[in-house]
Amino acid sequence: MESSPQPAAAARTTAATAERSDMVLHVNGVPYPLTLDHRTTVLDALREHLDLTGAKKGCDHGQCGACTVLVDGRRANSCLLLAVAQNGRRITTVEGLAEGDRLHPLQEAFLDRDAFQCGYCTPGQLCSAVGLLAEAADGFPSSVTPDTAAPGAPVPLTADEIRERMSGNLCRCGAYPRIVDAVGDVRDGGIRTGQDVAS
Amino acid sequence: MKPFGYLRAASVEEAVRAGAAQPGAKFLGGGTNLVDLMKLGVEEPPLLVDVSGLPLDRIEELPDGGLRIGATVRNSELAAAVAVRERYPVLSQALLSGASGQLRNTATTGGNLVQRTRCTYFQDISKPCNKRAPGTGCPARDGAHRDLAVLGHSAHCVATQPSDLAVALAALDATAHLHGPDGEREVPVTEFHRLPGEHPEQDTVLRPGELITAVRLPPDRPGAHSRYRKARDRASFAFALVSVGAVLEVRGGAVRYAALAFGGLAHRPWRARAAEEVLRGAPATADTFARAADAELAAARPLRENGFKITLARNLAIDALTDLAART
Ligand SMILES: Cc1cc2nc3c(=O)[nH]c(=O)nc-3n(C[C@H](O)[C@H](O)[C@H](O)COP(=O)(O)OP(=O)(O)OC[C@H]3O[C@@H](n4cnc5c(N)ncnc54)[C@H](O)[C@@H]3O)c2cc1C
Ligand code: SF4
Ligand code: FES
Ligand code: FES
Repeated sequence: MESSPQPAAAARTTAATAERSDMVLHVNGVPYPLTLDHRTTVLDALREHLDLTGAKKGCDHGQCGACTVLVDGRRANSCLLLAVAQNGRRITTVEGLAEGDRLHPLQEAFLDRDAFQCGYCTPGQLCSAVGLLAEAADGFPSSVTPDTAAPGAPVPLTADEIRERMSGNLCRCGAYPRIVDAVGDVRDGGIRTGQDVAS
Repeated sequence: MKPFGYLRAASVEEAVRAGAAQPGAKFLGGGTNLVDLMKLGVEEPPLLVDVSGLPLDRIEELPDGGLRIGATVRNSELAAAVAVRERYPVLSQALLSGASGQLRNTATTGGNLVQRTRCTYFQDISKPCNKRAPGTGCPARDGAHRDLAVLGHSAHCVATQPSDLAVALAALDATAHLHGPDGEREVPVTEFHRLPGEHPEQDTVLRPGELITAVRLPPDRPGAHSRYRKARDRASFAFALVSVGAVLEVRGGAVRYAALAFGGLAHRPWRARAAEEVLRGAPATADTFARAADAELAAARPLRENGFKITLARNLAIDALTDLAART
């Protein structure tokens, strides 16, 4: 650290030696000013400090996807994100997917397909699926995208693509085939096509 | 988890200064490995210097035809970059074979390279481990080591480096740009990770406070093809048992250029120089590829439960090279 810090550096030095910091998390469009211990993850901030218990704690180690949220539109495991490091970011949880009483097309599709049993993994599956649709549209490849696909172009979501891209979300109830079907329905415009891609 | 200070670095210089000033301070990239290990009590930094907001998030074309990848470029962005998919497919494929969509969106280039071993004893603070607690011993050597090293291990540690990205970068002759308290330097990615020797606690050649600022790729070879192959216990979202990154150029039925690197076999991505020696100038046939793999793997010293990795590495290498040869 500098011996005679400038004012801006001095402010940061205080944060560096303190164990807590002030921050603002924008969750589902609402800014929440918070003062949190640096150890607090986004998942714990949501569940313990903001009473948003949609995102679930499964493993707490990035291995199950139950805690998946969207950060600036991209999906991430909130159990591995320190809240202080997300200061100012826009976070969307499962509670923010519906518009008023109108469910998100993926929520409709999950209901329609009965794509869950206990439902514990579902909020993470939903946020992950929202992220997946955006990623494919933005041209993000996956490990099953064919070599021949044009780089940068939107990637068609085959059942294999959906399975691979959803592999970060585990479901102990094994609802996988219907989850793939539900995501497939939304890919097809939110209409149940009658064609079961996975089951 | 122990309490810690947090500093969002405003510049590379500030990050390096803060990282060097406090012993044990750690840089925070995406946090997908570091935060995990802090929860487990394996890492206990008194200070996190957050480098994820530094302006190192760009992929730039270099005048020589190479590519400069900033240290905070996210794994998913790097894998999707058109220049990478067109000219360095092995790199895109390696990234996409690793972790999950969520994790790749968060993980950074620098953090991926510096991620620590998945050895189960290392991650369990109730167990001895020379890497975590020097001098306490290595229970993996006689214990659960199915996933661990067959090449370059020592009496002190048999851990493997788990990064898929590092394997592709090793095959591509990439260079890491480092910025430390004593200035800047460049290290080939093949020399960035250490072999464990007597000091398994040192994963890499990084000095205290030294930050990776970028990774540089040399120009791609016109006429060469590249790919990544990874064998694992399940079809997706699992670390490699063995992986291979390969670059191959065939002209008139003979190998003109070959670069091969293995993952999952050692404490660092294993650049297969002996195999490359056999390949150079030889007919591009399955027989040559088998001889090349054997030449490299002759040095392997399997542990009780991981001899299967040698066969797996041999088959993966032959498969990847055969596939690449068929494209020319
Ligand atoms: C469930 C799970 C599955 C996974 N599967 C795979 C897989 O199959 N293949 C694979 O390759 N990886 C896998 N990973 C690991 C993942 O790729 C790494 O956690 C990630 O790449 C680390 O990047 P990060 O930015 O989050 O690093 P961080 O966690 O922020 O940092 C990791 C280390 O790097 C240091 N560091 C960060 N940035 C810099 C820098 N610029 N300069 C110097 N040091 C720096 C940190 O101090 C820390 O020591 C998996 C992880 C999880 C949790
Ligand atoms: S292999 Fe290395 S990391 Fe694993 S227990 Fe032995 S010393 Fe520790
Ligand atoms: S709780 Fe975050 S991935 Fe399992
Ligand atoms: S519905 Fe029970 S875990 Fe997925």
